[in-house]
Amino acid sequence: MAYAEKQAQSWKKGRSGFRMSVRMRNLVLALTSFTALIVIWMLITGTGAVRPLFLPGPPKVLATLYKTAMSGQLAADLWISLWRIMIAFAMSCVVAIPGGIMIGSYKTASALVQPVVDFIRYMPVVAFVPLSILWCGTGEWQKYVIIFVGTFFQQILMVQDCVKRVPKELVDVGRTLEMPEHQIMLRIVLPAAAPGIWDAMRTTLGWAWSWLVLAELVAANSGLGYRITVAQRYLQTDLIIGYVLLLGVLGLITDQLMRGAEKRMFAYLGAQ
Amino acid sequence: MIAYPKLKVEGVSKFYGDPSAPVVVVDHVDMRLADNEFVALVGASGCGKSTILSIVAGLQKEYQGVVLVDNKEVNGPGRDRGVVFQSYTLMPWLTALENVEFALRATGTPRKERKKLAMDYLALVGLDKFSERYPSQLSGGMKQRVAIARALSYHPKILLMDEPFGALDALTRRHMHELLTALWERHRMTVLFVTHDVEEAIFLSDRVLIMSNQPGRIKEEVVVDLPRPRTHDLLTTPVFTGLQQRVLTSIREESIKLAKLDGLA
Repeated sequence: MAYAEKQAQSWKKGRSGFRMSVRMRNLVLALTSFTALIVIWMLITGTGAVRPLFLPGPPKVLATLYKTAMSGQLAADLWISLWRIMIAFAMSCVVAIPGGIMIGSYKTASALVQPVVDFIRYMPVVAFVPLSILWCGTGEWQKYVIIFVGTFFQQILMVQDCVKRVPKELVDVGRTLEMPEHQIMLRIVLPAAAPGIWDAMRTTLGWAWSWLVLAELVAANSGLGYRITVAQRYLQTDLIIGYVLLLGVLGLITDQLMRGAEKRMFAYLGAQ
Repeated sequence: MIAYPKLKVEGVSKFYGDPSAPVVVVDHVDMRLADNEFVALVGASGCGKSTILSIVAGLQKEYQGVVLVDNKEVNGPGRDRGVVFQSYTLMPWLTALENVEFALRATGTPRKERKKLAMDYLALVGLDKFSERYPSQLSGGMKQRVAIARALSYHPKILLMDEPFGALDALTRRHMHELLTALWERHRMTVLFVTHDVEEAIFLSDRVLIMSNQPGRIKEEVVVDLPRPRTHDLLTTPVFTGLQQRVLTSIREESIKLAKLDGLA
């Protein structure tokens, strides 16, 4: 017994030690590939093989970003973009979550809604841009519409899927307790589907960033995407690259924030 | 024949598929369970035993025949029948205690009494020390014990158990048998217990109903006249093994019949 326990302990220790090293190793590997990317970038620009007009070096890009940040322009661009994505994404979630729950739970609702959603889902969002400008001009609503169209029709189907994957037996528990339909929805189906729904939100938020930039590139007078088009006009390649990198970092940060929240909210699921 | 059955199942049949060429799963099943009787329903897999249980639970919509509890026909699920499912059905976002409270809340126990009552029922299955744990932090056996506590907490007239220990390892399962027997001997109630484990069926019940395969019918009844309280010493007694042989032979006939149908023998 004592031997077995010792074995188990050493195994556990060994395993957790192994885990740590895997994490460290992955971090090192990730840093390596990023460093390699920057080194290649520096080499290409440093040797003068490419004209700085087309590809400025990392120091120049950083300097430009710093300058833009100091002038307050970066914060202004960032703020308006963040605001747009928050509003549009929230609108999409507010409709997609209840809608997805409905079509995930009721066959009639699904038969009514799903064909239309599937149809619109396959229409390229880019093709809606001219229409959105015709309808909404170049104001805020045009951005909301593009982000909404790009996000909502994916979200609602993902939520539906999460709801469908709720084990039937959990619902049966509610039925044997004679819970009314709406209580089964609120107190069993929704919480059971919540981890999946949150994950769907995280994924679609990533896509929403792309739609935001698209909307700002084609018709805007503010925001990160707009600044990129202006930079193009003045051949400010350093600013374009800086903002593209910034968008990547923003996506990464929001994703990590949502993952962190996920770990907290759904801690009850245990380590997986 | 039981004069005043707690649960009466009369002429219950269930088909699947096309009505012109139906697959009969359950064929004219009749059952009567006396008040405070523990009845096990055994049969090879696919014989329709779980289907019968889910019809009694009210979770199947389409079937022929009637199910009566206290001589009143039941349609649909109800609080008079508590169900323990084969799969783990605790709400993962609730602790063990909250899972029991969940049932108490749904069945209208006043808020103030819920916590204490739920704790009492967890203590009944020996889990009062684990009340704050989430299902992911409980073993399979513990989860099923919480599920039993949850099903008992609102005092159903009948407890329906659908292979509740089917997913557990052999040792844990034996432990659960002793726990359930001890529990039932102290707090008698009417139980319909579905299983394919013959030892489990005999050890727990007062009567074993054996089902035939394709179509699912009740082909034989074996009265388990073993003294209570029962402990695991019983398993090796000649009376127990004799009963076990009898039931196993009867089920084996069914598997052979099935194998022939499938062209295996």
